[in-house]
Amino acid sequence: MSKDAAAKPDKPAPEDRRIGVFICHCGGNISDYVDVNAVREALADEPGVVVSETTVFACSDGTQHDMIDAIRAEKLDGLVVASCSPKLHQVTFRNVASRADLNPYTYTQVNVREQASWAHPHDKAGATEKVIGLVRAGVAKSRLSDPLQALRVQTLPRTLVIGGGIAGLRAAIGLAEIGIEAILVERSDHLGGWVGGFGAMFPNDDSGRDQVASLVEQITQRRDITVYTNAEVTGKAGSFGNYEMEVTLHREGSDKTLQVDVGAIIVATGFDSYDPASGEYGYGMDGVVTLPQFKELVDSSAAGELSYQGRPVRSLAYIYCVGSRQRGGNEHCSKYCCTSAIHTSLLVNNLDPAIRQFHVYRDVRAYGKYELLYNESREGGSTYLKFDADTPPEVAKLDSGALGVTVTDLLTQSQEVTLPVDLVVLVTGMVPRENTSLVELLKVPVGTDGFFNEIHPKLRPVETVVDGLLIAGCCQSPRTVGESVSAGLAAVAQSAALLKKGYADLDPLVARIDPDKCISSGECLTVCPYGSITSIEWDGRMAASIDPATCKGCGGCVPVCGSDAIELLGYTDEQMLAAIEEMVITEVPDKEPVA
Amino acid sequence: MSAAAFEGSPRILVFSTINISDPGIDLAGSRHLEYPATVQTLAVPCSSGLKPSWLIHALDSGFDGVFVASDGEECSFLPDCAERTAQIITQAQEIMSERGIPAQRLKMAALCSVCAEPFANYMREFSATLKKLATELSVV
Repeated sequence: MSKDAAAKPDKPAPEDRRIGVFICHCGGNISDYVDVNAVREALADEPGVVVSETTVFACSDGTQHDMIDAIRAEKLDGLVVASCSPKLHQVTFRNVASRADLNPYTYTQVNVREQASWAHPHDKAGATEKVIGLVRAGVAKSRLSDPLQALRVQTLPRTLVIGGGIAGLRAAIGLAEIGIEAILVERSDHLGGWVGGFGAMFPNDDSGRDQVASLVEQITQRRDITVYTNAEVTGKAGSFGNYEMEVTLHREGSDKTLQVDVGAIIVATGFDSYDPASGEYGYGMDGVVTLPQFKELVDSSAAGELSYQGRPVRSLAYIYCVGSRQRGGNEHCSKYCCTSAIHTSLLVNNLDPAIRQFHVYRDVRAYGKYELLYNESREGGSTYLKFDADTPPEVAKLDSGALGVTVTDLLTQSQEVTLPVDLVVLVTGMVPRENTSLVELLKVPVGTDGFFNEIHPKLRPVETVVDGLLIAGCCQSPRTVGESVSAGLAAVAQSAALLKKGYADLDPLVARIDPDKCISSGECLTVCPYGSITSIEWDGRMAASIDPATCKGCGGCVPVCGSDAIELLGYTDEQMLAAIEEMVITEVPDKEPVA
Repeated sequence: MSAAAFEGSPRILVFSTINISDPGIDLAGSRHLEYPATVQTLAVPCSSGLKPSWLIHALDSGFDGVFVASDGEECSFLPDCAERTAQIITQAQEIMSERGIPAQRLKMAALCSVCAEPFANYMREFSATLKKLATELSVV
């Protein structure tokens, strides 16, 4: 690395840095397996390190105050804490730095618990050597760090909800209740989505139509929710905190556009039901219907009068996992459909308990308390037959005119059984809804399965990598109504976390281009799916430029540049190369541990 | 790289990703799934942002092997992350080939945020591969 390059005017030369290193015992979680005193001694001699200390609990209030005192007393310009995973305390120690007026981006957290002491409990010498290398690498990163400033943006207390299904409706009400104005845009001419079209639904037989009507009634009573039906989001400008969205209203042959300014966006565009191919399990034959079609039939039937196309239905077979768990596409389990089919069969029982019902399934995934519905259906007379994925059932017309479902039943020693039935119900799963224009407009991250991608499925389940763009409901993955509503409310909470302060600080660890190095090859211009890289005029010529407000900090553009003109802040060439070099240490310093 | 260098285990540098594979490596530690202490980890936001020169620099600096724990299909940034990372590995391998560095010293695998056991297994296997490679090279 070049010393000249490192010695930028806004930060001292690496060897002149004043870095504080704190090595945590974590009770004994680290110090029982790592010689933390040896680590402290090794780090004390590192260039630029002026404080090297161990601490019993680095995250305790007392130690945080001690760190602040040390930062001030020693005039530290860099901080390294060797403790647990950054997922737990990176923010904690960045805040410690900020409270001591030290730039938080000169802080580096080194994970020596999950990735050292806990992983090598029987190799103290090896773990200690490893930790010394890891902490030296952390020091190298802090030594070469820039004092970056978070990008502060003012945020509007208004959220756009795209999709007027159950998740979007409940989210809009939740937003209003928490003090954030909601703008709801629905593509169709009515609200409610799939749920709004159904009668009794599991688990408690509440009508979907009634639940949606209740939500719509609440919305009409509120002045802080604006609803546009027959409307689509057609334009986006601005960035997190201040999105300028164009909404097109489709009105009697002519379109009208309007602009809505919002701080955040919740996408709740729902799913499509799998549409079987012609001939798939007999689909297309008279009497073969999908589960949503059958549900509509059941919902509209009176007791004792279940009929299809004018013919009474006295027997029927449900074929499970149609459009789900398929190799080469739709490999996911749609999760809701087993329970929905079982619940529908209970509704059929209520209409006429004499109707014979056969459930032809691969696995019954009526999880949690839905298991009780499964038991109830068996007790109510439903018959279950299990097939293997390699020998799926076949549907054909019998000579009698009835439909025949032939299945090799694993529960009866793999006997082949043909069930003569009046109706075949294909228990179809959920598939991603076609939303190409919206995806391109909002840059919604899409997974390989076609559903929208969150940042982390457990820890950040409704956030996307696009700041202020949240996802909820079945556009993200198949789920039940309850789970969709929960996700909608999680998006409300996250929306409040982003907008209620009135401002937000964006992480400055984004990519930047050195225009002097850029030869305007154009290699980087097409690689950013977020459209953050553009070409600008620079010093009388064209050069690439990155918008820090829209850059997601992935670094995907960095290796693309043939002239090394792009760097990701926090992970610069200098920092990465130095960290790699510092990790390689051959032995633990031969020093007596200090008590 | 020689067998003599491996009095213990080969030194391995793992490039992990902050949101996906690094939590998987954390989980391996949380579950006390042991792997050689000569494995060290350096996290980046996304494996598509790794420069081939960093991988080569690690091998030049004293690491016996480099393992890229990529985001694979779970990447929250880039839908084509797996292809991009594979391209970076290919470029690094081309440089390694030109310089006579055995291709076995660089390995990539997608690692999810709960892939604790696969990670520990990968490290044990990669370590064994590198040891075997060093032995073969010393015989040659």
